Amino acid sequence: MQDLLQHLINGLSLGSIYALIALGYTMVYGVLQLINFAHSEVYMMGAFAAYYSASALNLEARPGVLSLMILLFVAIFFCSCLGVLIEFLAYRPLRKAPKINVLITAIGVSLFLQYSAQVFFGADPKVFPQVLENTTLFTFFDVPIKSLDLSVFVVTLVSMILLYLFIFFTKYGKALRAVSCQIQVAPLMGISVNRMISLTFVLGSSLAGVGSVLVGLKYPKIEPLMGLLFGMKAFVAAVLGGIGNIPGAVIGGLLMGLSEEMVVAYLSSTYRDALAFGLLIFILIFKPTGILGKNSAEKV
Amino acid sequence: MIHPALEVTDLKVYYGFVHAVKGVTFSVAPGEIVSLIGANGAGKTSLLRAVSGMVQSSGQIILDGLSLDGIAAHKRVQLGLGHSPEGRGVFQTLTVLENLQMGAFLQTNSKKIRDKLDYCYDLFPKLRERAKQLSGTLSGGEQQMVAISRALMSFPKLLILDEPSLGLAPKIVQQIFSIIQKLNADGMTILLVEQNASQALKISHRAHVLETGLITLQGSGSELLSNDLVRQSYLGL
Repeated sequence: MQDLLQHLINGLSLGSIYALIALGYTMVYGVLQLINFAHSEVYMMGAFAAYYSASALNLEARPGVLSLMILLFVAIFFCSCLGVLIEFLAYRPLRKAPKINVLITAIGVSLFLQYSAQVFFGADPKVFPQVLENTTLFTFFDVPIKSLDLSVFVVTLVSMILLYLFIFFTKYGKALRAVSCQIQVAPLMGISVNRMISLTFVLGSSLAGVGSVLVGLKYPKIEPLMGLLFGMKAFVAAVLGGIGNIPGAVIGGLLMGLSEEMVVAYLSSTYRDALAFGLLIFILIFKPTGILGKNSAEKV
Repeated sequence: MIHPALEVTDLKVYYGFVHAVKGVTFSVAPGEIVSLIGANGAGKTSLLRAVSGMVQSSGQIILDGLSLDGIAAHKRVQLGLGHSPEGRGVFQTLTVLENLQMGAFLQTNSKKIRDKLDYCYDLFPKLRERAKQLSGTLSGGEQQMVAISRALMSFPKLLILDEPSLGLAPKIVQQIFSIIQKLNADGMTILLVEQNASQALKISHRAHVLETGLITLQGSGSELLSNDLVRQSYLGL
């Protein structure tokens, strides 16, 4: 019982980070029908931006919530700029090109960032500065609740609530949904589609920035290829929930984190990664639209 | 001097090699209902899309004295174009109210927005009942009401309606046409494209017949209604 509870906590903590990254995939897909393969590299770059700014500001000497907030802010800012820049330079010129061209470009951008990062940061893993002490805050049914797990959970929860409030209750959030629903018609409302697409990248990349700092704290080893597998799994989570569907990405991420943790706990850690891709194959065969995705019948 | 609400000169639209509109010239005076009728593929929708900037075109489009040349679609709304597109194009995952709010995306005066919303709700009381409902769950007629109201919410000088009666039950069609007349009576200038030629001609001040990208006939609504060619080709009489 105590074990199970501990695994649930670990799984939720990991899953909520998957969900953050999955949101970025799903939002861009919702608007552009593009799988933004460069998203996992935005996440990786966010981790490095946080790493370098933490050492520049010497945040490790002053661990605490304030240092965490500073790192989150830096990563969010850096990732948003990078996301918007990628969209502007790589995807916008291809707006009228066939979808497959943009997809291939996304893979190209992803590779470009991976290997540029190796050139500039070195291929060796770096240890992410621990800006938050991992102490036991309290025990819950004999399970120690660590400050790291709790902050991961609180930060993701707050990010998702903010995203939810933005998307559903602000004018620009509604415009974003309008563009995602009818990209042809949105300009007839006076909505600039390009600006809304930039906004989508800002939001998605910000969440990737948050995710990168949280991963850095929880699994403190960062390297230029760290986005590859993690991003893939987050992508699978987005597909699992129904790509393009925002609540779906959260559900997919949490399910992914939980099932991965359970596999490691009760089967073997060898199957950790096999699970993600097994899930992908399973969904694609039995419910290609994902858990919350709907079959969209094209009306003629 | 009073400008025409819309002045279109030698408008051409190409889709790749397909020449959809081959040089069309017409104008709409303030306070008029002008309709374009014609068969499928005559270029009616392409023409409207060119006016609101959804497709590239050559020629001249002047809205209330201002050339729209090189102005992006989303900026034309600010200049006074309201377009209810073919197939309604409602934002299905947004509620009725949210759809109407999107129509007023560029408006900043919340009192004016509320008043216009009330105006739309009075035109279509059904929409007030369904304000919180997702518009994708509405019937076709109700979605058309959303599309028209949404276009009205941008305070247009010219309202473009593309096939407002498409796929609707006869009773709803009647209702939509009488609303169009009421809007016009309230001072709205309307450019209407319709398959339902007899209804459209009855309420139009002037009309143009479009055939394979060219205007082949024009006149007042009643003139065209009694024109033999129109009666044979479009009214089935």
